[in-house]
Amino acid sequence: MSEPVLSVKNLVVEFPSRNAVFRAVDGVSFEIMPGEILGVVGESGAGKSMTGSAVIGLIDRPGHIAGGEIRLQGERIDDLPEEIKAKLRGKRIGMVFQDPLTSLNPLYTIGRQLVETIRTHLPLSEEQARRRAIDLLAEAGIPKAAERIDSYPHQFSGGMRQRVVIALALAGEPELVIADEPTSALDVSVQAQIIKVLKKLCASRGAAVMLITHDMGVIAQTADRMVVMHRGKIVETGTVADIIRRPREPYTIKLIDSIPTILRKPGEAFPPAVAANDDSAFVRIKGLVRDFEFAMAPFARLRGKTETFRAVDDVSFSIPKGKTFGLVGESGSGKSTCAKMIVGLLPPTAGQIFVDGHDVWAGALGRRQRRRSVQMIFQDPYASLNPRWRVKDIIAEPIRALGLSRNRGEIEARVAELLEKVRLDPAAMRKFPHEFSGGQRQRIAIARTLSSQPEFIVCDEPTSALDVSVQAQVLDLMSALQEEFGLTYLLISHNLAVVRQMSSNVGVLHNGVLVENGPVDEIFENPRADYTRKLLDAVPDISKVA
Amino acid sequence: MLTFILRRLLQSIVVMLVVAFVAFLIFRFVGDPVSSMLGQDSTMADHEQLRERLGLNDPFYLQFFRFVANALQGEFGISYRLQQPVTQLILERLPATIELAFASATIALVFGIVLGIYTALRPRSLETAVVMTVSLVGVSLPTFLIGIGLIYVFAVELKMLPSFGRGEVVNLGWWRTGLLTQSGLRSLILPAITLSLFQLTLIMRLVRAEMLEVLRTDYIRFARARGLSKRAINFGHALRNTLVPVITIAGLQLGSVIAFAIITETVFQWPGVGSLFVNSVQVVDVPVMAAYLVFVALVFVVINLIVDILYFLVDPRLRDGAKSGR
Repeated sequence: MSEPVLSVKNLVVEFPSRNAVFRAVDGVSFEIMPGEILGVVGESGAGKSMTGSAVIGLIDRPGHIAGGEIRLQGERIDDLPEEIKAKLRGKRIGMVFQDPLTSLNPLYTIGRQLVETIRTHLPLSEEQARRRAIDLLAEAGIPKAAERIDSYPHQFSGGMRQRVVIALALAGEPELVIADEPTSALDVSVQAQIIKVLKKLCASRGAAVMLITHDMGVIAQTADRMVVMHRGKIVETGTVADIIRRPREPYTIKLIDSIPTILRKPGEAFPPAVAANDDSAFVRIKGLVRDFEFAMAPFARLRGKTETFRAVDDVSFSIPKGKTFGLVGESGSGKSTCAKMIVGLLPPTAGQIFVDGHDVWAGALGRRQRRRSVQMIFQDPYASLNPRWRVKDIIAEPIRALGLSRNRGEIEARVAELLEKVRLDPAAMRKFPHEFSGGQRQRIAIARTLSSQPEFIVCDEPTSALDVSVQAQVLDLMSALQEEFGLTYLLISHNLAVVRQMSSNVGVLHNGVLVENGPVDEIFENPRADYTRKLLDAVPDISKVA
Repeated sequence: MLTFILRRLLQSIVVMLVVAFVAFLIFRFVGDPVSSMLGQDSTMADHEQLRERLGLNDPFYLQFFRFVANALQGEFGISYRLQQPVTQLILERLPATIELAFASATIALVFGIVLGIYTALRPRSLETAVVMTVSLVGVSLPTFLIGIGLIYVFAVELKMLPSFGRGEVVNLGWWRTGLLTQSGLRSLILPAITLSLFQLTLIMRLVRAEMLEVLRTDYIRFARARGLSKRAINFGHALRNTLVPVITIAGLQLGSVIAFAIITETVFQWPGVGSLFVNSVQVVDVPVMAAYLVFVALVFVVINLIVDILYFLVDPRLRDGAKSGR
């Protein structure tokens, strides 16, 4: 039996604050064998990223390791002086971060960043390092690596940048790679490729991987063993298949249950399928088109020369009253542009949008009608609530802006009622948004949406910023409210499982074109368009566990 | 890139025209120049004749056009006070102001950036606390007080440095420099420090704030996770990202150092453009004021143009943005 690459024993990480000590990691022990991929799952705040930071020695002050030991190849590393620890980084332990858009220095070419890293760790000349960098990029799946090495990070797409980040992390030939949410910021179809690249590169070098993620689907497809973390502690350890099929701890069971899956659970009632493009439907979208113009050189513009990019191309669908229509697609497919046109934030180039028979873009009357009956829920509950306003004012804003009521007592009573509807304590109305968690904030956002008594709500990625278990609660709330008020939803999401769980009909958007549109089960079971099939295949899902 | 610069140039021309218009309006609002040029005992006929000769009877737009045309050739008329061509007056005094401005800008940039980096990298040290506290003094004290204080300490009490003037100067063609003589250099020290102090603290605080921000970013974390040396991270990766906003502020500050050195020049009796302007204001010497206004605008427009071009050199993202015309 060979020695583990990494062994962590009783690790404790503490953050002292003014009057208390917060234990971010509390007695964590695990081992990773050579070539093994260990998945670490848990919700945000569970201490999984902190464990990774502790191993590589990058805990931000005032946090520090307060106990336990970390051994790399049997040799203790947590008590080494900072200079020696710094030499381990990149050389023996590599790290991949979550967001490829921010992990590369925007001002230097990727080649320069690679060469710099390679030469820090290996005794190579500039020329040799450059050749090595090209090889690494090619291995990471960057086409025409020799030409692209002198490009800047912003000239690459998100998925390509993450390949560059992986190449950088592996540049010093480390024996252990810590991947902290390496695919969470990427599209589904790109996610699968990145996981493949990471797996392949680590396997070819025999490097062990510590894969930190909140996405159980990613772990199911990638890891050999996994640990489940909750509030700084490991609650369960075992092989991936074991834990997913037979979770023992109540927390693990809850976590796995709350994951939406794209396969329908047996015995679940099928929502009745409804005919698409029905003329009597509550919401009708007809031939929606949106062009964006690129301004060319100033003189070309004078001659009327512009280059246009068609973000949304002839999209038509309809939603019957009280139903949910799911709109899926990758980033850049035009989903959000559609949403903006439907709620009236962006004028369409062509096409019409009817809500309850009114054209929302028809003059002042249409606008007034639209403001009251169409509302929107945004993706990021941290950014969509004004941090300087009290919850009461946030929720009451649509009531005041639309002049639905001017009576102070009446408004307050209405806000209290709305808070109860979204399962929050009415006393919350006197607090500020920062006093709430992400899930609670999204409920406040929903309460604000409901305050003008809309009939149609556009939800743009309403749960993608939330943890899985919180996501389940918010989705449940949305369904309950739909039943109670007969709301009609347009649900925009890149998460196919969420869409399957919530919608009766679904449309698949690809490069601005609606490639497929129909009842949700039909499309998920028998996708006709190639793109839909590709999208469905790429979804990491716990049901795909080996 | 080229279209971008062309567009900026067009915008600059518009700005200059607007400023020229304002300068031109000054002429018309401070009263009739004819009555101040002719004596008390002149006749109406004399007035009329002079008005005709100066073109003051022409329509408004024609006069403005003539003003701009003259300005383009560097003609701003004759100073009322000194009876010399305004352009010549300004050019004579320009070297003094520019030498002072560049000396103080250099002090401000070098010390501002070095101290800014130092205080950002050692946020908890005693030195940082001291520098930050002292810098507060630099921001809050008015320039003239600092100047008088320096004169008192170094010129009056210690008798180390001269308290006024430029010292001996050497003529290099039309450029009269004080940088080549010992007394010229010694005279430069106090005014340059006085003028630079505010800019220095401003740049230092800006660099520090930006650097702290950049050090928190993901790419710096990633650079550390790759095991790069401290020097490579702090000076290779962090510093350059810090510079983009610093260039903007430093550029504008350099502009205001050249244009508004008035107070420092007055305190130290520095024979520059600023003191010329102050003296002209006192006697309502309109041609000098108008020319000064146009000159200041030109300084700002040119510096802004240079700042925009520097952006391109520092930030590759802008280069691509310009290619697609956005």
